[in-house]
Amino acid sequence: MQFFQSVLLRLSTTFVTLLGVAVIVFFVIRVVPGNPIAMMLPPGATESDVTRLTALYGLDKSIPEQFLIWISGVIQGDFGTSITTKQPVLQLVLNRLPATLELSVMALIIAIILGGLMALTGTRLRGTKTEAAIDVTNGMALSVPDFLWGLILILTFGVLLPIFHISGRVTPSLQLPFTTNFYLTEAVLRLRFDLWLDIAAHMFMPALALAIPLAAIIGQLLKQSLKETMHLDYVTLARTKGYSETHVILHEALPNAILPTLTLVGVQFTFLIGGTVIIERLFSYEGLGNMAIDAVINRDLPLIQGIVILFAVIFTGFNLLVDLTYAALNPRLRHA
Amino acid sequence: MSYLSIHNLSARLKGRPDQILRRVSLEVAAGEVRGLVGESGAGKSMIGKAILGTLPHAVEITSGQILLDGTDLLALPPAQRRALVGSKCALIPQDPLTALNPSRRIGPQITNRLVDILRWSRADAEKRARELLAEVQIPDPERVMRSYPHELSGGMRQRILIASAFAAEPKLIIADEPTTALDVTVQKQILKLIAAMQARHGTALLFVTHDLGVVSKVCQSLSVLYAGIVLEDSTIPDFFHAPKHPYSRALLAATPKYTDPDGSLTPVPDAVIAATRAEVAAADRSAHV
Repeated sequence: MQFFQSVLLRLSTTFVTLLGVAVIVFFVIRVVPGNPIAMMLPPGATESDVTRLTALYGLDKSIPEQFLIWISGVIQGDFGTSITTKQPVLQLVLNRLPATLELSVMALIIAIILGGLMALTGTRLRGTKTEAAIDVTNGMALSVPDFLWGLILILTFGVLLPIFHISGRVTPSLQLPFTTNFYLTEAVLRLRFDLWLDIAAHMFMPALALAIPLAAIIGQLLKQSLKETMHLDYVTLARTKGYSETHVILHEALPNAILPTLTLVGVQFTFLIGGTVIIERLFSYEGLGNMAIDAVINRDLPLIQGIVILFAVIFTGFNLLVDLTYAALNPRLRHA
Repeated sequence: MSYLSIHNLSARLKGRPDQILRRVSLEVAAGEVRGLVGESGAGKSMIGKAILGTLPHAVEITSGQILLDGTDLLALPPAQRRALVGSKCALIPQDPLTALNPSRRIGPQITNRLVDILRWSRADAEKRARELLAEVQIPDPERVMRSYPHELSGGMRQRILIASAFAAEPKLIIADEPTTALDVTVQKQILKLIAAMQARHGTALLFVTHDLGVVSKVCQSLSVLYAGIVLEDSTIPDFFHAPKHPYSRALLAATPKYTDPDGSLTPVPDAVIAATRAEVAAADRSAHV
């Protein structure tokens, strides 16, 4: 019962957060210089053309007035029409969302696997040269930003050893039988592993570039909390029962040590989604981030608003999910 | 033939000359309860850890033997040693609040050794756990086995840990200050419980403590440890009537009297400490020759 109450409370605060985001983005992009109408009209357009078009998009009204019109549409699920493509923003954004979600989740999975392996290996071999090597690798992975990893990967696995595709989401000549834009997921469900392989080969490098810094953070934090946990009495007690070091790490220490890491992953994942903006551009990956950059360049105000709101929904939704997972993993919170 | 016999066990911090254990020899016969007393830092817990194979990484054993039923534990490969110790020995830890895994239910924490290490069936192990919980006077064992540690009191948790230690019918239990972290009122019950369980199961017990009062109640013999050296090895009646070593005599005199709770505390005299230290140093010198 109390559990549902806290979920409801979280949902309502989430709503307030989203409203705040909507207000900020709406006003900021109207205050910064740049006029979408000027971008749309060809050179030599008359003053009356400008006035007419401005009125058409409602940009002649005051900013609070524009906001009220927009937000009442948003509440009804109408995010307006993109200025550049003349298509509904919601449809544009939802078409691109699956690509970015699949990329982010793939990156998150890679980061958890890499970071987890580093932490577990480092803990198992603590005090050895391998642990020192892992620490050094970690430091390097952490101090190089994701887009630079992207460039390094393009050079290594795209140019020197061309194993992976360096641009796009899928080879354009392929026939795609998909009904949704979750290509990677749908390829699995339709058992089209040939397509899956092609999509994964496109996605791998951008996902890895996004994952490396996050993997380093996960590895570092998890190893630290594992090390602390390994000194606790219940771990020692498990050792005296005859369990191997590996078993003790995996079954006794890990379930408890993972909790602080989980919170961090929740926060970091939202940064990772933010990171997709640059990485998608770098790999010409047709996701939301790439679209966001185009929208900003073209001053496509409704589209920018739509994308930012969607990012905010993902951020807050994911944080909520992490809190719930945390409660599920930690019996002390569940019963409290 | 003693069930556990430690011969000339020496240990030190890795890369440092300071000895933690200095040629410690110790015998525990099958079914015997031996007290291991000494002040903090004397190395008494280190002996328990050396037997169980849970010494900190920074500590290395430099010489000696730990014979468990005739098998030298220090000569065994790690996996074999773990299996042997896991099936023949058990630990009753010091702090019941930290010795249970907070994210697992009580049941599996008692049965895991039986199922994973000794290959019992889950049903048998659970039955055994229920019986043991009843034996350590825990009401409603069924419910307790489904509980998480944070739902139980410290005294309950120590009872659970005692039950868990006896689960596999070990031949030797090491009790590492099992009452130190508990309330004074609970201490007495737990002590009684350990003594009763030991008597019923006939398990040899190495009782690590700094409390001579506890030793006099539970143990049959004791070893007095100072700076990693065994100063005295006596039966309980001998020790309490005629302690041989001056340090033992001072220790005994320093024990607070329950009959005189307001009486001033007697510290171990500096002269005794100095003489004992000199003895330790002399032992170190003779060991190096």
